[in-house]
Amino acid sequence: MPSIETILRFLSDPNTLWVLSGTMLLGLSSGVIGAFAFLRKRSLMGDVLAHAALPGICIAFMLTGAKSPIFFLIGAILSGVLASIAINVITRFSRIKEDTALGLILSVFFGFGIVLLTQIQHQGSGNQSGLDKFLFGQSASLVGEDVWVMGSVAVLLLVVTFLFFKEFKLLCFDAGFGRSLGFPMTALDLFLMLLLVVAVVIGLQAAGVVLVVALIVTPAAAARYWTERLDIMLILSAILGGLSGALGTGLSTMGYNLPTGPLIVVAASFIFFISMVFAPQRGLLAKALRLARVRRETAQESILHMLYEARERGAGPVTVRDVATRFTLSSWRLQQAVRNLVKKGWIRIESRGEDRVLTATENGWQAAYNSVLHARLTEVWMMHENEVGGAIRDPDSGALREEIPEDILPTLWKLLILHGREPQWKPSLVQKPEQGGVEG
Amino acid sequence: MGMTIIITGAMVAIACGFLGCFLILRRLAMVGDAISHAVLPGIVVAYLISGTKDSVWMLLGAAAFGLLCTFLIQILSQQGVQHDAAISVTFTFLFAVGVILVSLYTRQVHLDLDHVLYGEIAYVPFNTWTLFGWEAGPRAMWIVGAALFLSLVVVGLLYKEFKVVAFDPQMAAALGIPVLLIHYLLMGLVSVTTVASFESVGAILVVAMLIVPGATAYLLTDKLEWMLAISALVGILSSIFGYWISLWLDASIAGSMTVAAGLLFVCAFLFSPLHGVVTRWIVRRSMRLAAIKGGEG
Repeated sequence: MPSIETILRFLSDPNTLWVLSGTMLLGLSSGVIGAFAFLRKRSLMGDVLAHAALPGICIAFMLTGAKSPIFFLIGAILSGVLASIAINVITRFSRIKEDTALGLILSVFFGFGIVLLTQIQHQGSGNQSGLDKFLFGQSASLVGEDVWVMGSVAVLLLVVTFLFFKEFKLLCFDAGFGRSLGFPMTALDLFLMLLLVVAVVIGLQAAGVVLVVALIVTPAAAARYWTERLDIMLILSAILGGLSGALGTGLSTMGYNLPTGPLIVVAASFIFFISMVFAPQRGLLAKALRLARVRRETAQESILHMLYEARERGAGPVTVRDVATRFTLSSWRLQQAVRNLVKKGWIRIESRGEDRVLTATENGWQAAYNSVLHARLTEVWMMHENEVGGAIRDPDSGALREEIPEDILPTLWKLLILHGREPQWKPSLVQKPEQGGVEG
Repeated sequence: MGMTIIITGAMVAIACGFLGCFLILRRLAMVGDAISHAVLPGIVVAYLISGTKDSVWMLLGAAAFGLLCTFLIQILSQQGVQHDAAISVTFTFLFAVGVILVSLYTRQVHLDLDHVLYGEIAYVPFNTWTLFGWEAGPRAMWIVGAALFLSLVVVGLLYKEFKVVAFDPQMAAALGIPVLLIHYLLMGLVSVTTVASFESVGAILVVAMLIVPGATAYLLTDKLEWMLAISALVGILSSIFGYWISLWLDASIAGSMTVAAGLLFVCAFLFSPLHGVVTRWIVRRSMRLAAIKGGEG
């Protein structure tokens, strides 16, 4: 662990500070634009634009003979726009699919860029060291001027995102609806592409052609795990991107002489991994816990239903072995379910010979009755979903709701009786007749 | 000397284009791109373990990491990450790990990042193999040739299976073909071929050879056998024209070959007898004229 002293020394070095602020600004702006690209399913477009920028930058250098970030930016934007037009033309006018078109444009543009790069080298303009940086990036060489450019571009991107937030949101979630409202969706899409090019180009210098893709996609993919809201996702994506930049830069100053760009990518990947596992709603851990809970509850319900149905039919006692033969439950889960029901005070176990008989308590019968009734009401509702209506189903997920709405209960009861599925036996303890006296 | 370069370039283009046809049909072109980056750590690890630049180890390491990359993409997609994002996240991570490994061990390893990634086909003729005193010719040619041979044997033996999986994976599964196994086999071959081609054309230009000849062939025919043959032809032509362009412009040979392949694609895109933009326009126009004439008469 680094001591506070090391961190202080680290922060007091002006050069490191420039690099740190540069990479953080970079992560921030790529994170914001990347979130839109991610939602538009354009993640690979970042890859293409990063490669396609090379010929533009080379031509800018050949024409101006100067290593100026502004001209590089213009050249990269022009060739990026050309690349995305070419992809559109290829997919629209031939049977080539999008992914092939992406790979094709990426490699051909990059190959052309390499040709130009070697041309520049052979002409001996000498001063092409800045172009070499393009390939791998060199955050360690970031100087004040670069950081100022990065900073102003980052601010620009943030302001534009803020101003066009509603339009971009529409573009990401329902472009067709936006068009019907009269928004110029194609122009907006191109505009977003332009912003993506800008984000890619300012990243190239620090992270290099491949790694800049990670700065665009990975923080956005990580942020998506934590929230369902676009505005929060944008903020999170920016924060995670900035954090990756800071972490990567910090790691690279620890010694070992490791390159900053790849370390930033590894930091971003690590954050993505953490998000994937630990995010509260969509994370793997949360999903696994949810699944385990559902399995647990289903097992308990199955036992209660079996007890109730045996009683309803007037059949004999139910043993643990009966439950095991009827349901495909692992013996561990079955034991757990029985234990939980006993703990709730809903069932009792009596040993009879080598098997064990399960009987419900008063509370248990009531719970069983309620659960069976609910299950059967849901069952007839599903059979007559179109006639009965009522929103048992959640409109978004399609999952069934816990509560059956009051207003359709009478109809459902009639249907229950029609199908002969009404509960035949009612435990005496049931106080609140849910059916509202329609029965009979 | 020029002949050696042209032949090596053509062999790379044939080996990559052959597998590229299957990638294109299965819409996995960008996965091919991802693999060609993700094998970098495999090369370094193989180098560190074996301690030699022995190509067999490198091919094994690359195949392992190529498969790992495919596997990770699959897992992330199954976990609900969009497919395009899953590809980007996976390959950038593996590539970053590779670059870090290279710079960590750069003193012990003498692995030149520029060399691995950008290759230099111009050096191919000088790097020869001598076996028991017998001058066997350029090393790169043997390695690429071996990779091509491997692909031809594997795909040749399982040709029907590869074909059905390429066109209709669902039907293949219904027929009892192990789709996943074929998928991983293809990806393993792609990884091996990628690494075999690194030395001559470099990682990123391998992508061009994976995709461009296959895409060109895809525009010219509807039959897989013809597509494979045409992609090989396009590869050979790209190599010849590319070498010529590089002499003319005094520029990178591999880059020029890519540009040549791109130009051939543009020709097919415009003038393919089946799907060309200009061809279709002419056909439509003559049909319209015929219809007008028919209406008049």
